Amino acid sequence: MDFTVIIDNLPLYLSGLRVTIELLILALLCGFVLALPLGVAAASRRATVNAFPRGFIYFMRGTPLLAQVYLIYHGFAQFDFLRESMLWAVFKEAYWCALIGFSLNTAGYTAEIIRGAIAQTPRGEIEAARACGMRPGVALRRVILPSALRRALPAYGNEVIFMLHGTVIAGVITLVDLFGAAKIVNSRHFVPFESFIAAGFFYLCLTFLIVWLFKGAERKWHAHLRPRAA
Amino acid sequence: MKQFNATVFAAMLFAAMLTAATAPAVHAQKWKEIRIGVEGAYPPFSSITESGQLVGFDIDIAWELCKTIGAECALVPQDWDGIIPALLARKYDAIIASMSITEERKKKVAFSNKYYHTPARFVRKKGSGVSISKAGLAGKSVGVQRATTHDNFITGEFGDTVTVKRYGTQDEAYLDLVAGRVDLLIADSVAIDDGFLSTDQGAGFEFVGPSYTDPKYFGEGAGVAIRKRDADLVALFNDAIRTIRANGRYKAINDKYFDFDIYGE
Repeated sequence: MDFTVIIDNLPLYLSGLRVTIELLILALLCGFVLALPLGVAAASRRATVNAFPRGFIYFMRGTPLLAQVYLIYHGFAQFDFLRESMLWAVFKEAYWCALIGFSLNTAGYTAEIIRGAIAQTPRGEIEAARACGMRPGVALRRVILPSALRRALPAYGNEVIFMLHGTVIAGVITLVDLFGAAKIVNSRHFVPFESFIAAGFFYLCLTFLIVWLFKGAERKWHAHLRPRAA
Repeated sequence: MKQFNATVFAAMLFAAMLTAATAPAVHAQKWKEIRIGVEGAYPPFSSITESGQLVGFDIDIAWELCKTIGAECALVPQDWDGIIPALLARKYDAIIASMSITEERKKKVAFSNKYYHTPARFVRKKGSGVSISKAGLAGKSVGVQRATTHDNFITGEFGDTVTVKRYGTQDEAYLDLVAGRVDLLIADSVAIDDGFLSTDQGAGFEFVGPSYTDPKYFGEGAGVAIRKRDADLVALFNDAIRTIRANGRYKAINDKYFDFDIYGE
């Protein structure tokens, strides 16, 4: 056991940590923006509206993240017309490929979480909104979504942690994220245990932070569910 | 009585553990069976055919050395990244995977004498005009297989001016060179020539710059890597390499892949 190697390579790990956090936050932001309309549309009872979002969700949940990122990174690079188009500026960079893959993947899962939460809205809330004279759009914005997103919170916390662990795939397509840093340290010094346990430690810390943030969010937005203080 | 039984049981258990601990060691010294770790993504030295067969110079050399030693062999494909840790973890007994004999690796494993030695070179897209110098490489991106002598070389010599992109296998690095994600690639010249330039994929690419053999980075050539405690196996491989060099078997395998002797000097 030789942890001096880890200490010596701490800057590499920290720069990897930055890439991991950056990718995670950007992917979650883009993913959520995509997921909101997709989830609402998927919850619709009209087949013309829900067909595409449900197909998208099915595809994203039905294929492994690694396969999706490989498809975008290696797969798209195979087509000459893409390589000669303006789009290549984006697909050339491993960073953008990873971000696109992660965003679409988390969008699929998040949309399904939102769809499920909307489907579980108590009928009484919707009826009350109608009785107040709200049009469907207004009811969605004022009643259904606030209620559904609250219910979705614990499941979404899970998705964020899964996405964090999914970002290791960045390390497979030449990016030096936390996992990529661990692979470099391992390959230079042949210390697989130390290098990967160190990466694992950072992931644990990040997970702890995420869990803590969601606990705070639940305390705030689930306040109405707590027993009243005496 | 109960106490006595427990003591007898403990003694028996101890004896059983002793036998279990010593038995494989005695067996291992005879080297009737050798498991060899190979890579499988480094043509023409080792690759996997469409039917899943391991082929290449390293593979042929591995079988020939085994035959010469007179041992029963099994080849175990293993990703390059974990190839030394897996040797230390006893997943196999030797590595024959074009592994250069370097000081850094010698800290962890023992090496046989070299079984070939070829220089490293850069490759670029024809007409890209990239030249090999500190100034010419400034701002360029260079692909390399992670944890290789070439990785050490490019990081050590040009790491401050170029962006180094590291890949798990040589094949992935070729993919990104073709895709235009890296400007240059550095790797073993023979591997590039046979595994890339002479394929359809490699048409339109060419060597650039000098041949590099600096022992500081590239070591003394490729050898068989073996756990340090298995000094007897190192000796067996050294004898076997000498034998196949002398009896023409090496030349037969060499000529199957190359039009010159890659053993070096």
